[in-house]
Amino acid sequence: MTALDDARTAAVLPDDAPSQARPTTLAKALNMGLRAAMEADPKVLLMGEDVGKLGGVFRITDSLQKDFGEHRVIDTPLAESGIVGTAVGLALRGYRPVAEIQFDGFVFPAFDQIVSQVAKVTYRTQGRARMPLVIRIPFGGGIGAVEHHAESPESLFCHVAGLRVVACSSAADAYWMIQEAIACDDPVIFFEPKRRYWEKAPLDARPAARPAGSTFTSVVRRAGSDVTVASYGPSLPVLEAAADAAAAEGRSLEVIDLRALSPLDLDPVVESVRRTGRLVVVSEAPLESSITADIAARVTEEAFYSLSAPVLRVAGFDTPYPPSKVEGYYLPDLDRVLDAVDRAINW
Amino acid sequence: MTASGGDGAPHATATRTGDAPPDEHRRGALGAGASPVAGAPTPRQVVAGLKATASAEDPVQLLSPEGEFTPHPDYPLDVDADLLRGLYRDMVLVRRFDREGNALQRQGQLSIWVPLLGQEGAQIGAGRALAPQDMAFPSYREHGIAWCRGIDPTELLGIFRGTDHSSWDPAATRFHSYTIVIGNQVLNAAGYAMGQVLDGVVGRHDPERPDEATIAFFGDGATSEGDIHEAMVFAGSFDSPVVFYCQNNQWAISEPVEVQSRVPLFHRARGYGFPGIRVDGNDVLACLAVTRWALDECRSGNGPVLVEAFTYRMDAHTTSDDPTRYRTADEGQAWNLLDPIERVRVHLVRTGQADQAFFDGVAAEADALAARFREHCLAMTPPPPDRIFSHVYSEPHRQLDRQRAEYLQYLAGFADTPDAGAQVHA
Repeated sequence: MTALDDARTAAVLPDDAPSQARPTTLAKALNMGLRAAMEADPKVLLMGEDVGKLGGVFRITDSLQKDFGEHRVIDTPLAESGIVGTAVGLALRGYRPVAEIQFDGFVFPAFDQIVSQVAKVTYRTQGRARMPLVIRIPFGGGIGAVEHHAESPESLFCHVAGLRVVACSSAADAYWMIQEAIACDDPVIFFEPKRRYWEKAPLDARPAARPAGSTFTSVVRRAGSDVTVASYGPSLPVLEAAADAAAAEGRSLEVIDLRALSPLDLDPVVESVRRTGRLVVVSEAPLESSITADIAARVTEEAFYSLSAPVLRVAGFDTPYPPSKVEGYYLPDLDRVLDAVDRAINW
Repeated sequence: MTASGGDGAPHATATRTGDAPPDEHRRGALGAGASPVAGAPTPRQVVAGLKATASAEDPVQLLSPEGEFTPHPDYPLDVDADLLRGLYRDMVLVRRFDREGNALQRQGQLSIWVPLLGQEGAQIGAGRALAPQDMAFPSYREHGIAWCRGIDPTELLGIFRGTDHSSWDPAATRFHSYTIVIGNQVLNAAGYAMGQVLDGVVGRHDPERPDEATIAFFGDGATSEGDIHEAMVFAGSFDSPVVFYCQNNQWAISEPVEVQSRVPLFHRARGYGFPGIRVDGNDVLACLAVTRWALDECRSGNGPVLVEAFTYRMDAHTTSDDPTRYRTADEGQAWNLLDPIERVRVHLVRTGQADQAFFDGVAAEADALAARFREHCLAMTPPPPDRIFSHVYSEPHRQLDRQRAEYLQYLAGFADTPDAGAQVHA
């Protein structure tokens, strides 16, 4: 059994799940969240390649065109700059477009529109025009895909002022976070962990279960006392598995799901590090100029005297994403996370 | 050194036979040879400029450079003295504050100015064709369109003086912000027009509720950008009510149209499945008639339409540019004879529709506008430093809110607020 398999088995319905919670795949939760947002606001539109009849290559928009019509779920030409550039115009017209980019590695034709227009319209117009636009991007590796289908480009977007960047890791978060993204008056780059699309977790979709505050915050998934481990999106199950394995060795890991990548919500991380004194940050993205680098710098600045070891990072390497037969070596896995935990403790 | 294959044989000079392209698809044979005079146009640039300028395809024209009016069967226009005088006044006033913008840059009051000189006819014609409910997406040279949308010329100054990136309300003025990245706004316009279709404000033909259209402004250089291509694909696919209004002013900084396209730009519309019309961009009446027709088509649900306004950038690309390095004075002098304002003035005089008092009045109004433009510019002060942090987001942002607070606290530590601009620009 590989570390990835370990991680997959970690996502099971916990015993204390609320009675209304149903085991739901992350993909279905996104679909339900999009449906809820479209029902709540007629200005919400979905657009992208194959999002209509096909329901998207990952079926995230499955049956939405049938139920809401071709004017609400728009199959577009194969042109990513066109998708985002026309979504900008629709947003200026008063719509709340949700644009799907089919795969992480295909977003770059749209990067100009995202950086030059999506991110800057509000600033340029001094708030007179808003850009309530969501760009959904399935991201991350581990699916045995060809080149350009397994990348983690989130840091590129975090570096752009004017964007909000978030990543969901579970069905419940997927459901509530996509709705919060659509309701937000700022543009949101919404990263979805494609390798986790088919994993089930409890989802209570009743309005009464709506989270009280924003979901664009860091949350402690599991309390612990020896080492804080933090990540987002596809690596969360890896951290959960690492916490299980460490517990078997008598070590207590505190697991944090960052959820918001820009702006980062570092207060819960800093508060945790003040207790544990050690932080391991995990991401599939390359190390250089990354979210993990930013967290290391800022936690060092804010919790310097609490740290018993440097902030350690487990991430992809500074290479292009490798061929899939060796991606298991590239992706942060249980062993690499535990190795970093050991190094932090023994520093 | 093995490039010759190591056999010592000289490179053969290949002579291609049999598969030569037809002449009309052949590029000019003038090589990229250096100019005989440093800093002057190369032979290739001269030929390219002349080729771009001397088009074989006659554009739609209602008013000749000599001031002769000829109605056009496809683009009818009711022309009376009020219309002619109004268009003349628009063009003179716009040119006057445009010249003042250039002067203010030369005097150090603006960091840059983007002149529209020569394009007054193309812009006032299109601008006056717009109905109040239409939406316009400009590039950054559309001072004449801004004028027609009711934006005071002083509103344009902040962009070029560095006190703001844009100051007007795009929704209220129906005039989007100036867009500097070439071609971006054309996709945004195509999307806005999709929204007009979704809103059901196209093709109603109800006098009580006028239909809407969108117009996107861009230049000949922009036609090479992928965003223009994608905009035309999207607009064609979704029958969007958008007029693609290309001001072909022959030069994209130093690149002639020949570098952008093998075919006349308006021919490209055929490939996207909608009409393309070339109009004499220095004929304000033709620009008005053709744009009015194109907007009507779009409002009726027959969009999109491509209009190529064939005109000339009589001044530099911007005040930072030096056109003497890439085009000849002869070319400019030939275009001076096609001046968009002069032909209207001649027509008004010949037909007795305006007297000297009218022309004097417009000139005085232009001078007054220039003076007000200048006074406003000189009185503009930099925004306070916390402007840096304003409106990056519409909703609170913990990271930025903290940066702002920390920086303002740092600034407050000085006895006098430091003039950071003076340090940077020293």
